[in-house]
Amino acid sequence: MRLALLAWRYLWARPLVAVLNLVLLSLGLASMTFVILASEQVEHAVQRDLAGIDLVVGAKGSPMQLILSGVFHLDSPTGNIPLGTVKLLRDHPLVARVVPLSLGDSLHGFRIVGTTREYLDLYGGQIELGRTWKIPLEAVLGADAAAELKLRPGDTFAGSHGLGMGGDEHDHYRYTVVGTLARTGTVLDRLVVTSTESVWAVHAHHGSAPAEAAPPADDHQDDHDHGHDGDHDAAHEDEDDPREVTLLLVSYRSPLAAVSLPRWVNAQPALQSAAPAFETARLMKMVGAGTEVLRGFGIVLLAAAGLSVFIGLYHAVRERQADLAMMRMLGAPPRRVATLVVAEALWLALLGIIIGLVAGHAVTHLLGSYLQTERSLSLTGAWVSPWEAVVPAAAVLLALLSAALPAVRAFRLDVTKLLQAH
Amino acid sequence: MLEFQNLRHRYTPQVEVRFPDLRLAHGDHLLVLGASGSGKSTLLALIAGLLSPSSGHVRVEGTDVGSLRASARDAWRGATLGFVPQRLHLSPSLSVLHNLELPFVCAGEHVDSPRIATVMDHLGIGALAHRRPHELSVGQAHRVALARALLREPRLILADEPTASLDDEAATDALGLLRQAASETGATLVVATHDRRVTDWLPGAHVLRLAAAPAP
Repeated sequence: MRLALLAWRYLWARPLVAVLNLVLLSLGLASMTFVILASEQVEHAVQRDLAGIDLVVGAKGSPMQLILSGVFHLDSPTGNIPLGTVKLLRDHPLVARVVPLSLGDSLHGFRIVGTTREYLDLYGGQIELGRTWKIPLEAVLGADAAAELKLRPGDTFAGSHGLGMGGDEHDHYRYTVVGTLARTGTVLDRLVVTSTESVWAVHAHHGSAPAEAAPPADDHQDDHDHGHDGDHDAAHEDEDDPREVTLLLVSYRSPLAAVSLPRWVNAQPALQSAAPAFETARLMKMVGAGTEVLRGFGIVLLAAAGLSVFIGLYHAVRERQADLAMMRMLGAPPRRVATLVVAEALWLALLGIIIGLVAGHAVTHLLGSYLQTERSLSLTGAWVSPWEAVVPAAAVLLALLSAALPAVRAFRLDVTKLLQAH
Repeated sequence: MLEFQNLRHRYTPQVEVRFPDLRLAHGDHLLVLGASGSGKSTLLALIAGLLSPSSGHVRVEGTDVGSLRASARDAWRGATLGFVPQRLHLSPSLSVLHNLELPFVCAGEHVDSPRIATVMDHLGIGALAHRRPHELSVGQAHRVALARALLREPRLILADEPTASLDDEAATDALGLLRQAASETGATLVVATHDRRVTDWLPGAHVLRLAAAPAP
């Protein structure tokens, strides 16, 4: 115990070296913590958002875009598809559930999704205040959206055109908030959910409404962000009902569907299917490259910290040769002198672990709050991962490795030199 | 108390130094005289168990130092010997008080703070507890080094050139403290020096002259 205290005093006898080593070590451990927390949360969030969705069906375009817009609500949709597609797929024997989504408007960056109540069920959305919608232009707010926008049941709002901030407001059609949802930890928290009919109603007078069965109006050409600029012509070829939705979230009745259904959908003239599992794996691979870079950066920092601690201790042992020899003279066995050197490195490791973990969580939290204002992924510093055990393990291992050679030098110290200092 | 018997130390296969036989009773003191390189340091190292004799024995209070196992020798050294090195070797990283905790920490023992306070007061350095060694005068530093040697009540005090680089007054002071400490505790003093002043000052001490300088 006293030896630990002595090691602590020796550590801070050279404060600049100690601080340098501590900074390097903490930075390395903090980035390690961050990578662990962020990648695990992103992966969990993605898995949750995929809940029960086997296939996304939308207008022709990039499958990745379909997934990003339809499942994660990060990208703009590829276009619209005829409402008849819903029935077509619902009647398909291999399909268990079809949830239609109508996208295109937003409220201060939170997307307004026209859908059915099944969409809430998909994510286990529970009403916290009020009720779900009954008639068009009633809306329910996800937990984050409600908290951020400070809207409660009874309040009204007008959606704005487009998915970003600053689109034209649909002033003539005000939504009424009828309920808010409990937190689900999924993308649902960041959405404004209403009935499909609401979206149709809002757009009926906007000039882009599918209900009018009109080709896209001229004033609509600049609304490039708008999800309702679909392939009208293709979509209308053999449909009586001119109404449209943006995309469909399909759950299979049997795994067999994975073989035939995507092909069947893609054979339809206006339709495109995308398998979330596949596209997400592709996405994670791309994001994974970034994670790898961060991880590599952390490892480089840790290696630099290890080297720095090693050099610091190596010099310390040389500088303190007389001190250490005097300790031997005072009755310390070699192993106690070596332990003193190792203890100094372990103090650094302990401080580095504390600072690194705290900083890693803090950075994750800061990034999380930034992403929240961007209405993007939800990250929190309050997340605790079992993988964080890697952080102290790495720190202790690093400390032991760096201290090994200096400790051996201390162990083998020639004490008789103390007597020959003439 | 201290006995050399047929004591030899071999530096290299060719070079060996032989020390005269000697028997010291309790309360006797020993002066080891000789120029640099005459084997003074070697003798001190043999007494402290830092070197093993190539043949013969060093006995301290009947204990054959060379026959102790390595770990036992360290513990024995800490408990039996007080050592005042020529350059004092106070740790510059630690305060005076923390330097004086070292004998206990090194022995793996509980730090006896009352004992430290007593010894500090006795040597008149009680007010220096929180100074760093570089903030001390030469005389003060000597007293701290002596205090460190006395803390665990050694039976044998080894002093290596205790007056080197000291003027007459400081040397008298240092030697006076050393002799006083030895007489108060009944410890045996072994002083290695080539300083004539010391010879005059320890009358009646056994004198061991090491003349023949072994080839390096």
